[in-house]
Amino acid sequence: MAKVIIDPVTRIEGHLRIEAIVEGGEVREAFSSGTMFRGMELILQGRDPREAWLWAQRICGVCTTVHALASVRAVEDALGIEIPPNARLIRSIIAGAQHIQDHVIHFYHLHALDWVDVAKALEADPAATARLAGSISDWPTGSTGNFKQVKDRVATLVASGQLSLFASGYWGHPAYQLPAEANLLAVAHYLEALEWQRDVIRIHAVLGGKNPHPQTYLVGGMASAVDPASPEVINLERVGFLRERVQAMRAFVEQVYVPDLKAIAGFYPEWFALGAGHRNYLSYGDAPTGSIHDTGSYAFPRGIILDGDLRTVHPFDQTKVTESIARSYYDYSGGKEEVRHPWNGETKPNYTGPTPPFEELTTDAEYSWLKAPRYDGKVMEVGPLARVLVAYASGSARIRSLVDGTLAELGLPATALFSTLGRVAARALETVFLLDLMDGWLDELTANMGSGDLRVHDGTKWDPSTWPAEAEGWGHHEAPRGSLGHWVRIKDRKIANYQAVVPSTWNAGPRDLQGQTGPYEAALVGTPVADPERPLEILRTIHSFDPCLACAVHVIDATGRERSRVQVR
Amino acid sequence: MRVTIQPMPGIPLEVPVGEERSTVLEALTRRGVSRRRFLQFCSAMAAALALPSAYGPRIARALESSPRPILLWREFQDCAGNTESMLRSSHPDVAEVVLETLSWEYHETIMAGAGHQAEAVIERVRREHKGEYIVIVEGAIPTAEGGIYCTIGGKTALQLAREVCSDAALVIAAGACAWDGGFVASGPTGAVGIGQAVSGLNLVNLGGCPMNSANAAAVLVHYLTFGEAPPLDAYRRPLFAYGHLIHDQCERRAHFDAGRYVEAWGDAGHRKGWCLYKMGCKGPEATFNCPSVRWNDGTSWPVQAGHGCIGCASPQFWTQMSPFYERLPNVKLIGLDLDAQTIGLGAVAAVAGAATVHGVGMAIKKRRARAVAVAGEEPPPTVEPQPDAPPEAPEG
Repeated sequence: MAKVIIDPVTRIEGHLRIEAIVEGGEVREAFSSGTMFRGMELILQGRDPREAWLWAQRICGVCTTVHALASVRAVEDALGIEIPPNARLIRSIIAGAQHIQDHVIHFYHLHALDWVDVAKALEADPAATARLAGSISDWPTGSTGNFKQVKDRVATLVASGQLSLFASGYWGHPAYQLPAEANLLAVAHYLEALEWQRDVIRIHAVLGGKNPHPQTYLVGGMASAVDPASPEVINLERVGFLRERVQAMRAFVEQVYVPDLKAIAGFYPEWFALGAGHRNYLSYGDAPTGSIHDTGSYAFPRGIILDGDLRTVHPFDQTKVTESIARSYYDYSGGKEEVRHPWNGETKPNYTGPTPPFEELTTDAEYSWLKAPRYDGKVMEVGPLARVLVAYASGSARIRSLVDGTLAELGLPATALFSTLGRVAARALETVFLLDLMDGWLDELTANMGSGDLRVHDGTKWDPSTWPAEAEGWGHHEAPRGSLGHWVRIKDRKIANYQAVVPSTWNAGPRDLQGQTGPYEAALVGTPVADPERPLEILRTIHSFDPCLACAVHVIDATGRERSRVQVR
Repeated sequence: MRVTIQPMPGIPLEVPVGEERSTVLEALTRRGVSRRRFLQFCSAMAAALALPSAYGPRIARALESSPRPILLWREFQDCAGNTESMLRSSHPDVAEVVLETLSWEYHETIMAGAGHQAEAVIERVRREHKGEYIVIVEGAIPTAEGGIYCTIGGKTALQLAREVCSDAALVIAAGACAWDGGFVASGPTGAVGIGQAVSGLNLVNLGGCPMNSANAAAVLVHYLTFGEAPPLDAYRRPLFAYGHLIHDQCERRAHFDAGRYVEAWGDAGHRKGWCLYKMGCKGPEATFNCPSVRWNDGTSWPVQAGHGCIGCASPQFWTQMSPFYERLPNVKLIGLDLDAQTIGLGAVAAVAGAATVHGVGMAIKKRRARAVAVAGEEPPPTVEPQPDAPPEAPEG
């Protein structure tokens, strides 16, 4: 028996620690720990709800924009505001761009090095690599000359002795199974994707002023004005610029990302049978075509899959979301046994872990800064796989054709989706799905401009004097990493209580009072570990979730702690 | 010195390290960057740093002979927004040329290695390149309760920050949180910026939420060329980036002067790109080169996109600039902008203490004589800001 500790887990956002008991060459038990705490929700108390999104967005700079969206939706829900169609479209385009860009970055820059051995790319024959590339895609950079240049670049890097960010990888690990040429192909596309992501995210700059942390949300709509007659704001020329970026997205996703995924996955079939976990999946649903309250209009449907049964989609009721702190570094006023709905949530940080510097966590007691969210007492996995499964089981025609087609190509049954590579595949498939939606949103925005509908904001509730004395709301969003919810309570025009329950809290959270493991912890059980000193296989399953720990650790404080505040001169 | 590494088991490879590290130009040449493009980049950097154009060739000379410096990027209480900002940079060839040219050896968000193998990289660099490497810090550092609010590899952020920064030639605080604690400072974890957490550093603060990577690149180029940070203001922010009011650089300024304001979101003035001052814009009292450098390959910036500035490059901006939707007090709305300039004085006065701080920078530089090899270039004279009022001591 060996204890494997990975801290820091890198190629993620934030600070994550995994401790795993390895016995007989596989993981018997795992513990997931968030090791950083900031206290965002505490900081939000007493503030103007209209500016909550600016603060909340800083929960994460990788999943930038998603917390801004969930935040304005929460306040709009509380105040009963319906936003104009253009605001919905602009938000959707920003969210879609984030989603697509983020998934590609995840695949190449955060996850690929778990499957791709950079050092082995040096053995590749550039001509053979070009033949491989040509067999899976007609992407124009797949020439012998280009692959030779990339190979030389890697060789130079290795020869310089300054391997930079590649210095400490698990190169040569026996679990790497790609032929040399597939490694070189992936390294070439790793570099191309770096260029691509810089360009396509300029959609956020046009609509939001900058990325990361776009700055045009408003409670009630958007601050990105629309007028075909004005050179200063969103007009047909700027929509044309956005269309070009969406075309660039589509080209790379369809000709590089998806073919690479299928090619790489084809060499790792056993990973379609590993890493499932609890097989409960939750999606809040998103991409409304009308009011946010018309959940039936969502392109991503809402629902729950239990125990891997795709025949039934269970309804979702947000009042059944609770959080346990039994194994987390917090107290509740009702004790560690209590569970609380976010509207009534509270957080009293109480670190009970070992004194740093430490070697091991006290995994038989509290061991994480993450709480343990549960739905109706059950553990839920959220994310691209959950979204795709809920859509598939709900009968979404486009998702069904994407999923069935891919499974047929890989020769896999539908149950293969409940796995480490199932998560990776679902991420790519929903990216393709989103590209169609992006085109539709741009068409609709253009049509609205043509018909003279230039509204981007509903200002009837902008003035706080129009608000009720007390209100509560929840805002939700299917962020790239999964179901995101913000819950807000407003009293006397200020935030009285605020809480975010985010995708990586659902997925990376610790055990609860009943001892039910979180999704990461469950998915790791049974993972083979060939070399405990270099636990590559553990990284594969953890990265398949696309962890975001800065998001996951959050806090609310219902006690209304005094906060010193400097007045603006 | 040469050492043997094993890129793959069983395939040892002898490679040069240390004194034989390749220079910036050599690395670029191998990457296929032409000399012409390299010189264009150097001129662009001179412009970004507000240096006379004659400095372009001097920057080029320095970069040609500088050894490829090691960069360690360390994240603490962060959101990785500054990491993302750095990954987005492309104008003008900034990240491409400088950042890929650095030997970027540690960065949690994107490095290949994990766990103790990752942490060993930092130990090795500290041991072999003491006093020579550059550190970029992202995120705040919690100091309450012994620092238990952020641990990596079982060590507190405070301990890790002291270890990695104390032996660095240059430390750059990337973004608001690393500079002064950012929004995290308003929470319960005793979060502070790196300058407060570890004293005596050769520190450059790049405020902003996130910081703009064009400015980070310019600071690195200046350091590689002249062996020291560019002229700094009293907050240790580079003057070239933080020395001028946003209001004075804003493309909507003419509308302010003419009394044309957005009165409601989405109204006719908003659609015509009028001034956002009445909607809470903090441009009149915030300094930053946001309007000129802009974001994402110079595509846009928040005011251009239709929302007011929130002053994110200002000291303790989350508490000083909020409420973000209430207008600044005491600004005359129509006609001349004398009152707006008065408000701006506080911000500009803060940058006017630069000469003194620059001197401190020089002293630190002398103390670190072993720092990254300098190509014999004399630093340019201190670039004074052009304040609208006589310099006075900044508050705080």
